[in-house]
Amino acid sequence: MIEPDLIKDEELESLLTEIAELYGYDFTQYSKASIKRRVNRICLIDKFTSFAELRYQLIKQHSYLQRFIEEITVNVTEMFRDPSFYKALREQVLPQLGTYPLIRIWLAGCSTGEEVYSVAILAKEAGLMHKILLYATDINPSVLEKARNGIFPISQMKLYSENYILSGGQRNFSEYYAANYDFARFNDDLKEKMIFATHNLVSDRSFNEFQLIICRNVLIYFDKDLQAKVFKLFDDSLEHLGFLGLGSKETIRFSKLDKHYHQISTEKIWRKQKEEQRRFKTDFT
Amino acid sequence: METIFIIGGSAGSLKVLLEVLPQLHHHLKFPIIIVLHRKGYADSQLSFLLSTKTNLKVVEPDDKDILEPGYIYIAPPDYHLLIESDKTISLDFSEKLNFSRPSIDVTFSSAAKVFKENTFAILLSGANADGVAGLNHVKANNGTTLVQNPVTAEVNYMPLQAITQSKIDFVLNPDEIAAFINKLDVP
Ligand SMILES: C[S@@+](CC[C@H](N)C(=O)[O-])C[C@H]1O[C@@H](n2cnc3c(N)ncnc32)[C@H](O)[C@@H]1O
Repeated sequence: MIEPDLIKDEELESLLTEIAELYGYDFTQYSKASIKRRVNRICLIDKFTSFAELRYQLIKQHSYLQRFIEEITVNVTEMFRDPSFYKALREQVLPQLGTYPLIRIWLAGCSTGEEVYSVAILAKEAGLMHKILLYATDINPSVLEKARNGIFPISQMKLYSENYILSGGQRNFSEYYAANYDFARFNDDLKEKMIFATHNLVSDRSFNEFQLIICRNVLIYFDKDLQAKVFKLFDDSLEHLGFLGLGSKETIRFSKLDKHYHQISTEKIWRKQKEEQRRFKTDFT
Repeated sequence: METIFIIGGSAGSLKVLLEVLPQLHHHLKFPIIIVLHRKGYADSQLSFLLSTKTNLKVVEPDDKDILEPGYIYIAPPDYHLLIESDKTISLDFSEKLNFSRPSIDVTFSSAAKVFKENTFAILLSGANADGVAGLNHVKANNGTTLVQNPVTAEVNYMPLQAITQSKIDFVLNPDEIAAFINKLDVP
């Protein structure tokens, strides 16, 4: 069943502008086709019969904003999603990072945290746990709460274990959690180096310098201009020779930064060039 | 570039595509999008397989790629494929629809909103109800709806659903599909 179309383009534009002005959450540069589906969806779920009703609720009832944000952002995620990406992290990125005294990694748009626990497992297996810091951020505080708990449905563990093996994992995946009725509770030693914080990629600034930034399946929800802005934010937050990992269908090809980064594998992982290399490249391209 | 031709299919559709693609004109003036249900990961092989059957360029697009005439776009596994009003592609990892991601409904409807009466959408063989609501959206936007003749379908559930629940303009046998597409090319 497809959602009936309750909302016209202009109405959506003006609602998003209003929300931005009123609350400071700016969704005006999200990809139109998918945000429209999301807004339609929330109208169905929350049983608004007209767009005006949704708008009234949002403007008058400030507490509704949180629910709106939760529903229009897509939180779907998995552990070791796209195992070949994690394999490349394992084989090509972590060995490089291992040479640093302190490794700072930023996972932007981490949702409920499955990705963060996956990276922690890689770090542990690479013997880097003692000198790593995993900064995990998202716009949505309620997914971060789940991420902090590290408790995921047991029904997913079979898939995650398969993904883990495909990513090059050689241990028994079940070592990493305690099974408890319907849930798998991930071990505390994985959590020790995780720092969770809300961060809005649209409006918040760079807060540190990292050697690796992972932002997967978040930029697909942004239009090209907003993507460019976020790439700038990542560039400002990435050390020279740092790495940027994106979702399997995301690319920096459309961004000006493209020429300062080179893709290190067939996976969506780029490495920031050194200053001299950057100048060289700019002069000759 | 005004026109879009979208092909949706599930079980039993690959065979049809392998028959249709070799017969397509080599310089189509519009893009084709193929949304096929497939089992989860593993096969970016599909684009490769299809690319060996045609001189048209077959790609599994990245997010925000611009639709180009003469290209065949394959919806990547595990993403919904949407069309923006500037004719770029948006990929979306939201919930499955009709147990499917990519969902045919999502692409049909989203394309219909942008390409309106110049949307052509065909539903092929399959055991799923995905695509039918999308065809209705295509029709509501004055586009053209087509369906594989259920008699020729390996699994006739999907085409039969389409015929009983949507206004279908053309029912085609596999060997008529390429001819139909090629004819669109000659304005
Ligand atoms: C589809 S999930 C991706 C999760 C994970 N990175 C993965 O690839 O599996 C997208 C996440 O991006 C977050 N998000 C959306 N807009 C954001 C913004 N402006 N700033 C930060 N996070 C955002 C959502 O809350 C959601 O958790």
